[in-house]
Amino acid sequence: MSIETISLSGRKKMVSNKEMTFWERLYLVAIVKGLFITLKHLFRKKVTIHYPEQVREMSPVYRGQHQLKRDEQGRENCTACGLCALSCPAEAITMKAAERKADEKHLYREEKYASIYEINMLRCIFCGLCEEACPKDAIYLTTSKVLVPSSYEREDFIFGKDRLVMPLDVAIKNAQLNNAN
Amino acid sequence: MMVDGAFIIEKSVVIVVVFAVTMIMAMYSTWAERKVAAFLQDRVGPNRAGWGGLLQPLADGMKLFSKEEFFPNTPNKFLFVVGPAIAMSTALMTSAVIPWGDKLHVFGRDVILQATDINIALLYIFGVLSVGVYGIMIGGWASNNKFSLMGAVRAASQMVSYEVAMGLSMIALLMMTGTMSLKEISLQQQGMNWNVFYQPLSFLIFLICSFAETNRTPFDLAECESELIGGYHTEYSSMKMGFYLFAEYASMFTSATIISVLFFGGYNYPGMQWMVENVGVNIGNVLGMVALFAKVCFFIFFYMWVRWTIPRFRYDQLMHLGWRILIPLSIVNIMITGVVILRHQIAAYFGF
Repeated sequence: MSIETISLSGRKKMVSNKEMTFWERLYLVAIVKGLFITLKHLFRKKVTIHYPEQVREMSPVYRGQHQLKRDEQGRENCTACGLCALSCPAEAITMKAAERKADEKHLYREEKYASIYEINMLRCIFCGLCEEACPKDAIYLTTSKVLVPSSYEREDFIFGKDRLVMPLDVAIKNAQLNNAN
Repeated sequence: MMVDGAFIIEKSVVIVVVFAVTMIMAMYSTWAERKVAAFLQDRVGPNRAGWGGLLQPLADGMKLFSKEEFFPNTPNKFLFVVGPAIAMSTALMTSAVIPWGDKLHVFGRDVILQATDINIALLYIFGVLSVGVYGIMIGGWASNNKFSLMGAVRAASQMVSYEVAMGLSMIALLMMTGTMSLKEISLQQQGMNWNVFYQPLSFLIFLICSFAETNRTPFDLAECESELIGGYHTEYSSMKMGFYLFAEYASMFTSATIISVLFFGGYNYPGMQWMVENVGVNIGNVLGMVALFAKVCFFIFFYMWVRWTIPRFRYDQLMHLGWRILIPLSIVNIMITGVVILRHQIAAYFGF
């Protein structure tokens, strides 16, 4: 087989520089053809999603805002091991570890906990690697449709524990649901 | 002609109705343009203001009214204001000579459905259309902006070039009709004797030229966004800008009407004669108006359809098409028409 006839994709086309005929040079035929192509689109199904009434279906692997989980007794799972910060490709996570006091056993599950846990939402790319790295099931990316609310201050985009930790009543409700099942 | 009070009232009513209809058509053309554009691109278009977005033109107008009235640092503020005014008034003036129907019989008198039936109607239309370019030229020049000026220069040269071809294509039609009164041209096309069947080439040239005259794509080089920002209306804002945009749609409506009247029988529809004789003058003529409107709406749709299909011409292509194709073609058309009209004399001259 000669090199001219080889076509790996099967869609190879030879470029031809042939002179246009009189009818082709008139362009009227081409214009009419084009008009009928657009006319076909006039009756085609529209792709628009009418947003406030209709909402686009979320992907099953959708990753939304982060949440620091509590266990069924309402204690924080995080032990401040730093694996999430290490795995984060955007370097969005920082934390500071502290030792649990004797009277804080009902607050933290492990002996060590994160006294400061911050995610910079301007850096986060929502890849979910922190979730995969976590050995304590502490950080999850929720299916919340709220990503990051807008703000005027850069500081407002650094989410601390106040905005990341799962609310206590939700944790208790989850525990009750699990017990009921 | 007897001029009495009733005559003045009758004409005033006709003029007001024609004016209102032109304005409403121009208004809803903006809505239709957006809807057609959306549908041709698989979208749905405006659908929030009113049912199907029908109140959108009002919302657009209100928005334009409430915008800041910006004046550039121009040496001539008067001309800056005059520009959109000329564009708007010339776009509306053309509709004066259009016959919207034959006549209605109300209050014991025949009401002719035309603001005025002058015997040089076609010349009047060409005259008014040519003045229309002054609106663009003055506006572009008074803006004191290079982009505006370039847009205005383009518009002016384009209009001048295409008016020649347009006028020549009309001559072939006039040789056939023998009159310039639009009323008589409409009457001649009774039944299905539409001029388009006798003068298809003339129609094609006229159609292409009216695209150029109304500054619509593929000939909208005067306001071509990719090169000239907004062309002649770059410096305009608020309702002066609105006037320019509105004038474009109004002239689109009038040129669609002129095409329908000249080539597609105007208010005539098959069986109109029978309807007028057997059913009644009024019903027959109201149907005629509806027929004219259907034709006009089709041509407005056609304008939009073409706009969203064909890309803009390059400037040299535009000039090439105008001067080297359309003008010779229309001259050939005139000669063919002449030969066909004088075929008996020519045959007699050669002794057949």
